[in-house]
Amino acid sequence: MNASYAWLKTFVDFDLEPNALRDLLTQRVVTVDEVLPLRPDLAPIVIGRVVECARHPDSDHLSVTKVDAGTGELLDVVCGAPNVRAGKFYPFAPVGTTMPGGMRIERRKIRGAVSAGMLCSARELGLGDEHEGIMELDIEATPGTRFLDVYPVGDTRLVLDVSPSRPDLLSHLGVAREIAAALGKDIRPLIWTGAHDFLGAPSPEQESMTRRLLDELPTAIAGERFDATAIAEAVTTVVGDESGVAASLIDAVRSMPDRPRHKGVTEGNTGNVRVVLEDAEGAPRYCGVVIRGVKIAPSPQWLVDRITSVGGRPINNVVDATNFMLHGFGQPMHAFDVDKLAGSSVIVRRARPGERLVTLDGVERTLNPSTTVIADAERAQALAGIMGGRDSEVTETTTDIFLEVANFDPRATRAARRALGLSTDASYRFERGVDIEWAPFWLSHAVALITSLAGGSAEEDVDLYPEPRTPAPLKLRVARIAQLLGAPITAQETLSLLRAIGFVVEWVPGTEMLHGDQELHVIPPSWRLDIGHEVDLIEEVARLHGYDAFSSELRPFRIGTVPDAPIELVASRLRSVLANAGLYEVRPMPFVSGGEGYVRVRNPLAENEAFLRRAVMESLARRAEHNLSHMQGNIRLFEIGNVFSPSGGRLPHEEVRVGALIMGARRPPHFTEPKPPAFDEWDAKAIAEVIGETAFRGRSFTLVPGEGDTLWEAQLDGRRVGDVTRVRLDAPVWASPAFGIEVALETVASADVAAPGRAAYGREDAARGPAPVTPFRSLPVTPAAEFDLALLVPNDMPAAKVEEVIRRNAGELLERLALFDEFRGAGLPTGMRSVAWRLTFRHPERTLRDKEVSGRREKLLRALEEELGVRQRTA
Amino acid sequence: MTLDELVEAARSLAREGRDLIARASSGDELATARTTLVGRKSGRLTELMKALPALAPDARREAGAAVNRAKEALEAALDAREAELRHTAPAEPRLDLTMPARRTWRGAVHPVTRVIDEIRDIFRELGFTVAVGPEAETEWYNFGALNFPVDHPAMDMHDTLYLSDDTLLRTHTSPVQVRTLQSYPPPVRVIVPGNVYRRDFFDPSHAPMFSQIEGLAVDEGIGFVDLKATLVNFANRFFGRRPTRFRPSYFPFTEPSAELDVQCGVCGGSGCPTCKQTGWVEILGSGMVHPAVLEACGVDSERYTGWAFGMGPARVALSRWGIPDIRLLYDSDVRFLEQLAQ
Repeated sequence: MNASYAWLKTFVDFDLEPNALRDLLTQRVVTVDEVLPLRPDLAPIVIGRVVECARHPDSDHLSVTKVDAGTGELLDVVCGAPNVRAGKFYPFAPVGTTMPGGMRIERRKIRGAVSAGMLCSARELGLGDEHEGIMELDIEATPGTRFLDVYPVGDTRLVLDVSPSRPDLLSHLGVAREIAAALGKDIRPLIWTGAHDFLGAPSPEQESMTRRLLDELPTAIAGERFDATAIAEAVTTVVGDESGVAASLIDAVRSMPDRPRHKGVTEGNTGNVRVVLEDAEGAPRYCGVVIRGVKIAPSPQWLVDRITSVGGRPINNVVDATNFMLHGFGQPMHAFDVDKLAGSSVIVRRARPGERLVTLDGVERTLNPSTTVIADAERAQALAGIMGGRDSEVTETTTDIFLEVANFDPRATRAARRALGLSTDASYRFERGVDIEWAPFWLSHAVALITSLAGGSAEEDVDLYPEPRTPAPLKLRVARIAQLLGAPITAQETLSLLRAIGFVVEWVPGTEMLHGDQELHVIPPSWRLDIGHEVDLIEEVARLHGYDAFSSELRPFRIGTVPDAPIELVASRLRSVLANAGLYEVRPMPFVSGGEGYVRVRNPLAENEAFLRRAVMESLARRAEHNLSHMQGNIRLFEIGNVFSPSGGRLPHEEVRVGALIMGARRPPHFTEPKPPAFDEWDAKAIAEVIGETAFRGRSFTLVPGEGDTLWEAQLDGRRVGDVTRVRLDAPVWASPAFGIEVALETVASADVAAPGRAAYGREDAARGPAPVTPFRSLPVTPAAEFDLALLVPNDMPAAKVEEVIRRNAGELLERLALFDEFRGAGLPTGMRSVAWRLTFRHPERTLRDKEVSGRREKLLRALEEELGVRQRTA
Repeated sequence: MTLDELVEAARSLAREGRDLIARASSGDELATARTTLVGRKSGRLTELMKALPALAPDARREAGAAVNRAKEALEAALDAREAELRHTAPAEPRLDLTMPARRTWRGAVHPVTRVIDEIRDIFRELGFTVAVGPEAETEWYNFGALNFPVDHPAMDMHDTLYLSDDTLLRTHTSPVQVRTLQSYPPPVRVIVPGNVYRRDFFDPSHAPMFSQIEGLAVDEGIGFVDLKATLVNFANRFFGRRPTRFRPSYFPFTEPSAELDVQCGVCGGSGCPTCKQTGWVEILGSGMVHPAVLEACGVDSERYTGWAFGMGPARVALSRWGIPDIRLLYDSDVRFLEQLAQ
């Protein structure tokens, strides 16, 4: 929402500079994203007074002047304008100014006469097309004063980040209400707010009378205790009969509390136009009025300024007036050309199947039968709450208009807007909710505005509101405020805070004296569609009291019942272990090109990334390729992330996995070793083992040789949980082989915990026992005996099998068995390799005798020969 | 040369040699002496040996023994002097110690993870434990239980990637609030780190998946002042003692809602491009848990109250390291990761 600083000032009289206003709004009401001076280029321009003026000796059209620009000396300025006069004030651009057109003002000689600055025309300042002469200012100002300070083109735009819950802030009126409440000021009586742009400022007497009206209106809407006639008469007295505003206002005021008059009425006339509300669901209230004899013309400058100050584009007086009402008061309006409405009918109904409409933007749209349209006797003429139709658009030749001031249903508007893919200022507001009660008031306001701009006269208006709403009062417990905020706020303060922003607040009878148990009845104003619960009121109280006014001192708290998620602890350990092993953690996107067997995103960002990955390695492989494309061949990445696969149930099967990919040099190059070796299978196996030891302490994690590119399957307690693979990449020729490790850490529990509104307690509590540990064994006090076994092992016999035989036959004194060498090639029988182990024996109490050791060696060799046919390698 | 001459020559060589060796005052001089005396090619002892074959066999044996004695004596003297010199002379530098160390590869946890861990550690001290939940969620856990109005513009802030009519990729970590409150009775104090998804195209400031961390405290007697105190305490530790401010905001699942700003660390509050001239930088959203959310989780909202907050660690990482483009965090470029590991 764009708000104009100058426009806001017409609603409430405040002294804050734009930046101070920004801070006030941001802290109490709505965040101001930006403060944009609308004409910062005019900042250097000052007021100059021409003190002397004479003809240039060498020119018949130039003047040589002396200008007082507040610098303390008179400046020589050459001027070419015919209207330059001594004693007058003009905008003056001093030397060094860059003009809006880009020209830089320098000290220079013009036909021999020095000129130090420039007196400016409106066109030179970007303020219009007038360039016949310089801009004579009809003001008394001290020379040197900033032009922007005295001439009202220097408006500032505030860009507000209005949340979906506060549609009432989508107008200057709404923002001004909050400013007034924050500063303890009154908002100008609504009849004059904004309107004094075209009616002139009100007299104090007019102000006070109309302020009474303002004060009464919320109460009037809330209840039935409102004397409309008395107010109307008072207004007539002070405003006078000549003003169209008075009459319209009186009508509006009269209509407001008169719910019985509206109940069930869905048809009415304004002039000769028949208005029928068929779709009261899509349009809960529909007001309209015919204005005859308008003259369509460009808007006056003040209106053009208002429209452009919020980023709009001026069109003509009638259209600009409706936009003025939208931005000023939050009520979207639309003007139809009555002559284009067949049968002089306005029918609010659902679109017919296949019905078409060319909207104002020139696009022909086929309408959905659930869309509400404004139609004439024959066809749709506008999309309700979104955009008008081109055929009934107000043009230069229009003389009679039908002005629509309606309230359209938020959800219906939103559905239609989404279906059509068409968002407008109007739909934006209707989607969030427009105040339904004030529609006729804004109608009369708009009539006054349009007739003052474009002439013409209004017929009797029509106001169809078949199911008038009655706001439900909310109960607000003073004790509940203290409970929720943690600090008491008195009933009295609550009352005045809420009243200041238009809430009707009364004591609940009999609770006034119940200290601590006081209760208030609160009726939210009709524009506060976000207020539906007691807690919403408490937010208002907290916000208006000021968030910064609350204490920020820590108080004691109770320890919670929730244990740390086990996966979080495992993931933390893994991250530090893998980072210390030289790998970089990455956080890639989980979207893949996928296909059969993958979980699909229904509305993906791109069709080639429409699926969720089944494995972390899918992401890591793409990331490795990304690095290779940047000539980076040393790649060591890991990720702990989620993967998805179809489950047959409602939600996918989801797992947390750790994945790692390594390729390139095993260690950084060093001058002692010109080219470090590349990572191979054994490095990958080491990482897999480290992952297993870190993630599954005290459990059986094994790597079982696999087939093809699967080097090993990782098994946890005998169940497959991952693998170590050769990773096939789209890699350049210089790249080293890539290896991947991926292990599932946990299946994510995604079933519903309990039915909505229910809980299912009773899980294990926070106090879990310590993790299992391996107990300490005494350090050895006796010497070990060692020998090596170099065995001829068939190429297809796993070393693990040999080790198994060795362990089984070595006896319990075997302390350590370490494979330390493998040799293949020359000197060995075909199909055989040499594998060497070192065996370490130790007796816990005494030194082993040589004979005991050699006996074991012989026994082992016999067993290997008998069980496996494996013999010692002879040199 | 005769036998006698040769024997005499050997003796005198041994004598002269001892003097020469004794005079050597450095390793270099000693090495020169060694070459001169016993050098294999042209040492003086070698010269003597060349004369041996000319003698008769008996004389040759005797002369050979004499030459050998001289050789042993010289070598013993050389070795002794060398040991002496090594003891007394200062150690000569053999290594150029300015040359680089033999390192192993450096690795690192991701910058975003580091931010998450810091946040987590501060909240651990404030009594919070870590909770997690699924990334693929039901609409009820992601929206319904969190008081999102159906078909309302509030949903526009959560442009959602759907998996089916009523399942989706979670748009925030808040579903874990619901799962946790349904699983454990109050008091609850948890923080929830995790990945969340939005239907946002990749650009310098948006990613379709990003990390979030949120916190939740629910108990009897918890109020807005506790939210404020805890979050200000956190902000002071995490960002340093910079001024903070709370301002009104809107989230469907909290009421009242507030956003927390810290004073811009770049300009110190005077306004600069980083803070869009406001002097403040938004760091997190927060609020008192909406009673409707508590009720959806089976918690009595009249008895219990609570507060929650959420923040984006990636945004913190971007500003902390001055990273201009959020995509760098997800590209996994090893040059980027290595640089930030420093």
